Amino acid sequence: MQIWLDGISFVMFIGGGAFVLIGGVGVLRMPDLYTRMHAASLTDTMGTLLILGGVIVQAGFSLAAIKLVAIALFLLVTGPTATYALANAALLSGVRPDAQTLDGESAS
Amino acid sequence: MRVWLTLALWFATWLLWSGLYKPLLINLGVLSCLLTLLIARRMGFFGPDVFSLHLTGRLVPFWGWLSKELVKSNIEVARIVLSPRMIISPTVVNLQALPKGRVSQAILGNAITLTPGTVTIDDYEGQLIVHCLTCDGARTLQAGEMNRRAAALER
Amino acid sequence: MYYVVSLAILLTMILALVRALLGPSVYDRVLAVNLFGTKTVLLVSVVAFLYGRPDFLDLALAYALINFIGVLAVLNFFQNSERNMAKGPAENRKEAG
Repeated sequence: MQIWLDGISFVMFIGGGAFVLIGGVGVLRMPDLYTRMHAASLTDTMGTLLILGGVIVQAGFSLAAIKLVAIALFLLVTGPTATYALANAALLSGVRPDAQTLDGESAS
Repeated sequence: MRVWLTLALWFATWLLWSGLYKPLLINLGVLSCLLTLLIARRMGFFGPDVFSLHLTGRLVPFWGWLSKELVKSNIEVARIVLSPRMIISPTVVNLQALPKGRVSQAILGNAITLTPGTVTIDDYEGQLIVHCLTCDGARTLQAGEMNRRAAALER
Repeated sequence: MYYVVSLAILLTMILALVRALLGPSVYDRVLAVNLFGTKTVLLVSVVAFLYGRPDFLDLALAYALINFIGVLAVLNFFQNSERNMAKGPAENRKEAG
């Protein structure tokens, strides 16, 4: 039984670590501010969910598990809120997104 | 009624977190709950269109659907980051939010931002401006399934 | 196995620091610092189990709160301090949409 739980959380840790690393690489590689946000949200969602999920599997039914669920929920709610605040502040102070609109013409 | 419910919820959380039941700590808990209540009230937390514990039940299926979307778009964006020539086509979409209430609009905006590949960059009087990493992502967003599901939270 | 995931998080924090140093704009730096903060929360919760000290989780939660409020405060500060903007917020909003 313990072996199975260890296996599950090991897989989740590997997956979460991979997503976190990919997000970090993406933040370095992407060309401009708004595209970097997409890479950062990669670590905020799958990275957080998988790593904290792996720790929860190790914790079992205990107070620690409840606290971990609270941390995960809190990160999942505040993550996009902080991203929105950042994007909106950048937009309102005049950072143009280098992007097209859906009809194909350039917006910038 | 709302106030009492919230107060009970907060105090239960305090007891769960501290785990120590000495009179001093319990009194501190009551005090901090009351202080938070005061601040939340000043922020308009108990207004009719903001306080929405009744949404909780309907949020669960929404989160189920959202986590499926999360896995899909995470793998998509991870593939883009790892490919040697990053093939991106950044696109800006204007979206009319279907949900009318402030809370469900915030849920819609946050759900869009939470899925990698789409970031809400502006929400002004129900008009969302969304930045998408790829053109395809913009098209699926404009097809509007997330919009409809967020609107369904209200009824 | 905790070591593997801590190493991945630490590497990501280094990458975020590099982005924070490279800039180029203030908002890129704030984005990198926010990423650094959320990764710290994950690292603290993993380390809590690595050393078998579950009370570290309270620190992680408090750090998450402080990080969120801190980022919002910094953003508010920069938004208010850019007084000599060429255009007002409303115009910038219209042009992007």
